[in-house]
Amino acid sequence: MNMAEHIIDINHLVKRFGDNIILNDLSLSVSKGEVVVLIGPSGCGKSTLLRCLNGLEPIQGGTVMLHGEPVEHGKASLYNIRQKIGMVFQSYDLFPHMTVLKNITLSPLKVQNRSREEVTENAMALLKRVGLEDKANSYPSELSGGQKQRVAIVRSLIMNPDIMLLDEITAALDPEMVHEVLNVVLGLANSGTTMMIVTHEMAFAEAVADRVVFLDGGVIVEEGAPKEFFHDPKTERAQRFLKTFTYSR
Amino acid sequence: MQGIEVLFMGNNMLRLLDGLWVTLRLSLISIGLSLVIGVVVGAVMLVKNPVVKAICRVYIEIVRIMPQLVWLFIIFFGITKLTGINLNGEMAAVIMLTIWGASEVGDLVRAAFTAIPKHQFESGLSLGLTRVQLYTYVIFPQAIRGLVPDIINLSTRMIKTTALVSLIGVTEVLKVGKQIIDANRFDYPNAALWVYAAIFLMYFLICFPLSLLSRKLTKKRGE
Repeated sequence: MNMAEHIIDINHLVKRFGDNIILNDLSLSVSKGEVVVLIGPSGCGKSTLLRCLNGLEPIQGGTVMLHGEPVEHGKASLYNIRQKIGMVFQSYDLFPHMTVLKNITLSPLKVQNRSREEVTENAMALLKRVGLEDKANSYPSELSGGQKQRVAIVRSLIMNPDIMLLDEITAALDPEMVHEVLNVVLGLANSGTTMMIVTHEMAFAEAVADRVVFLDGGVIVEEGAPKEFFHDPKTERAQRFLKTFTYSR
Repeated sequence: MQGIEVLFMGNNMLRLLDGLWVTLRLSLISIGLSLVIGVVVGAVMLVKNPVVKAICRVYIEIVRIMPQLVWLFIIFFGITKLTGINLNGEMAAVIMLTIWGASEVGDLVRAAFTAIPKHQFESGLSLGLTRVQLYTYVIFPQAIRGLVPDIINLSTRMIKTTALVSLIGVTEVLKVGKQIIDANRFDYPNAALWVYAAIFLMYFLICFPLSLLSRKLTKKRGE
């Protein structure tokens, strides 16, 4: 990997809930075009890390930078920074009272003040890309989980973010829908979208990642190329974790 | 059978409709005031301060626990006794209905907002919306959608509860009905049946469409 420009720089990040240390002096950088997959046992702090990157959580130490600009919870500058960070959640969180098209165009129209014509065209092109152009005027309640999640991805993409944060986006989906959503994400990776992905789909993680980061107990235990990590993990903890995904009698 | 004639004798029907108008006027004024005050109560209840929360809770529970009739008497007789201000019946009725209605609306408003998942706020914020934009486009429309059917339901309950105010001498529809029945007690002994049937029909014609509307909106909300 060359010395590409950094999109995200996390330096000595500390996150606590009361006395509970969730992220302990964690440092990590993500370069432009890179796909970083965060894995680890539940409660290891992966989702919290993504939330800190978007200023949804106050942090107790260290810094999070987007293009060298600090991401600070509760600061007015956050509104500008969040436009550059797309975030997709496990529970889709489409706005139930708006059609698919309105869900997608709300933010570019109101936050970025783009023209309705351009935004609508952009939205339809993105919907087509994820195979949902015929659902533009449907309401979220009329869509399957996989369709909703694809719309949620488009809703973030249309803001032209510098980085996409995907927080267990297939965890609430039926198995047959996981595939359609992850295919969209693979497409994004191929087209050079910078992403940080939290997932429990190991086969997908291996396919999509440029770099795998294994978190446990709020620290990075191991990181490396997906092939090495999944087939030849160096640390004992990673080995133990990966064993929980294989079965034998 | 001849009892039905009572309804059409003289201006009896007109008097009943006049009474119905009193019922509706009291209800509408009280519902309007309840909405305005209730939204404030609901907003205050969403404040995180535990003391403020507790005070609101106590207000709502006290209003709920006591029968509306008791409130009506406390206000109508109690205020006069305490302050010497001579409240007329309609005013006392509106005060009672508003104290009750505002507490119910307040609780509904609180519930409508707490029912919106935390993630709706977060996904809105993560799209770069400001607080004001978030509430304008995402939160308020959803809360109002949730509220409207419940407010309509409450309105039908308030319309029915106005019947109590006949007990403090307000001549609303029920009181008019009683007057008509009493005046015809000897000539038409079964007039009561017909008069009450007419009043039943009047309440029904007002409340049933509201009930249907509320049910339709609830169904829509459930989608």
